[in-house]
Amino acid sequence: MSVDQSGFHDALLDAERPVPKGLTDGHGRPAGKRFDIYRNNVAVSLTEALELSFPCVRRLIGEENFKRVAGVFLRRHPPRTPMLMQYGADFPTFLEGFEPLSHLGYLPDVARLEQALRLSYHAADAAPADAEQLARIPPEALADTRMELAPAVRLVRSNWPVHAIWAFNMEDGPKPQPDAQDVLITRPALDPLMTVTGAGTAEFVAALINGETLGTAHQRTTGAAADFDLAPALSLLLGGSAISKIQPAGDISCNA
Amino acid sequence: MPDSSALFDQLPPAPGVGYKPQHFTAIIEDASPVEWLEIHAENYVGAGGRPLAQLRALAERFPISVHGVGLSIGGEGRLDPDHLARLAHLCDWLNPASFSEHLAWSTHDGHFLNDLLPLPYTNATLTRVADHIDELQRAIGRPMLLENPSSYLAFAESTWSETDFLDEVARRTGCGLLLDVNNVFVSATNLGLDARAYIDAFALERVGEIHLGGHDSDADDHGAPLLIDSHGRKVADPVWALLDHTLARSGPKPILIEWDANIPDWPVLAAEAARAGAALDVLAKVPA
Repeated sequence: MSVDQSGFHDALLDAERPVPKGLTDGHGRPAGKRFDIYRNNVAVSLTEALELSFPCVRRLIGEENFKRVAGVFLRRHPPRTPMLMQYGADFPTFLEGFEPLSHLGYLPDVARLEQALRLSYHAADAAPADAEQLARIPPEALADTRMELAPAVRLVRSNWPVHAIWAFNMEDGPKPQPDAQDVLITRPALDPLMTVTGAGTAEFVAALINGETLGTAHQRTTGAAADFDLAPALSLLLGGSAISKIQPAGDISCNA
Repeated sequence: MPDSSALFDQLPPAPGVGYKPQHFTAIIEDASPVEWLEIHAENYVGAGGRPLAQLRALAERFPISVHGVGLSIGGEGRLDPDHLARLAHLCDWLNPASFSEHLAWSTHDGHFLNDLLPLPYTNATLTRVADHIDELQRAIGRPMLLENPSSYLAFAESTWSETDFLDEVARRTGCGLLLDVNNVFVSATNLGLDARAYIDAFALERVGEIHLGGHDSDADDHGAPLLIDSHGRKVADPVWALLDHTLARSGPKPILIEWDANIPDWPVLAAEAARAGAALDVLAKVPA
């Protein structure tokens, strides 16, 4: 009797299914609970991967609840790659639709923030652009200049005080106030750094991420946030080594 | 800067440990008696950041063994071409002293299950495993070492012994073998085999590396002992004895201590490595 990997796979992820026939204890007796070692290894190791990636979600709902949620998630969304550093990309959206936790409306955004931190941590290295280069661009050419942001830069925009919730739980930060928060993640050295930005700066960074010119990004931002000030937004990005390339208008190396 | 590829083209017959980032500073300060390090490939195929920065720093000082835990060499489906490319890229820039993977499967139907799952030892499995190893060795441009698994159950359909199966795969593909002595002890206990007889039947001349790790104890439905390869504690005394039995036949080999769960402080891990070093020292004093 041969055991194919389809049947093995299905029985691993569903403890209700019987242990595949043809597996023995080495003495001809059915494998029985020996098969549970593999079931357990799969569930425990994937739960641990999620615990590592979403420590704040775990803190918020408690260790036992997290294990239960992870158990449901890992069966519905098994990893699609052996790169477990990427596992859990679907977790925030899964949490949005997970009825038993629907009273914690901020939970999906906390998961998004943790996912963004992880992606930033593993993102490619990039040498920061020279700030002096920006100063040398003639004022009339600034509007048509584009900026390439470093691969480690992430922007998480939330209707919840997502950073305050994170900091309260992970770093003894003050009690969160009920404000929407946008969080810019930069990686000036090897560790991701979070900065809560005004709505204007978030709008501006979002426009740069989309590849807009400085002029268009600025225009779009001041339309959304009248008090936006360009200079501090640019120094925040430069200080976080978040700009990897400055491409003045007419620079043919620029990929528009 | 020294050319690490020229300095570290093979693992020394000395103790090594599985690298954990929390030990980085201790290792840079004084790694003795550890002479080489092993990394899990899947943790170093990201695009950049701290993991790769640390690995670059370590690779300047130590021979590095890359140990894959996710390729699913025994899988019924084809090897994941994206993952093959990642492994090839890692071997390309790092030029490790060794590359190893497992006689196991872990991916089915696009789902990666993150465990080393067992295979029936049949002619069909043999052909598939050999084809996949050929494909991997072409991709990474070097021979690999194939590791014997920890077994918790057996397949009624198997027609090969594990030792003959591994030897035949190695003969067909030109790959070497990685002998995990703890896995031998675990499998032998779980399946009622003689661990020493397994070692005696193993193609020791093909072994490029030995693994040691800790295991946990449980019992099966009939109360028979069931050992679990957990890598979460010290190597058990009978496994050290089995190492001595192995070394007496194989001669000196690179020996790795694996400790992946409940990771201890560096001195505890270094002491395990020292014990492996002592086993090698004893060997050096025995007249051939």
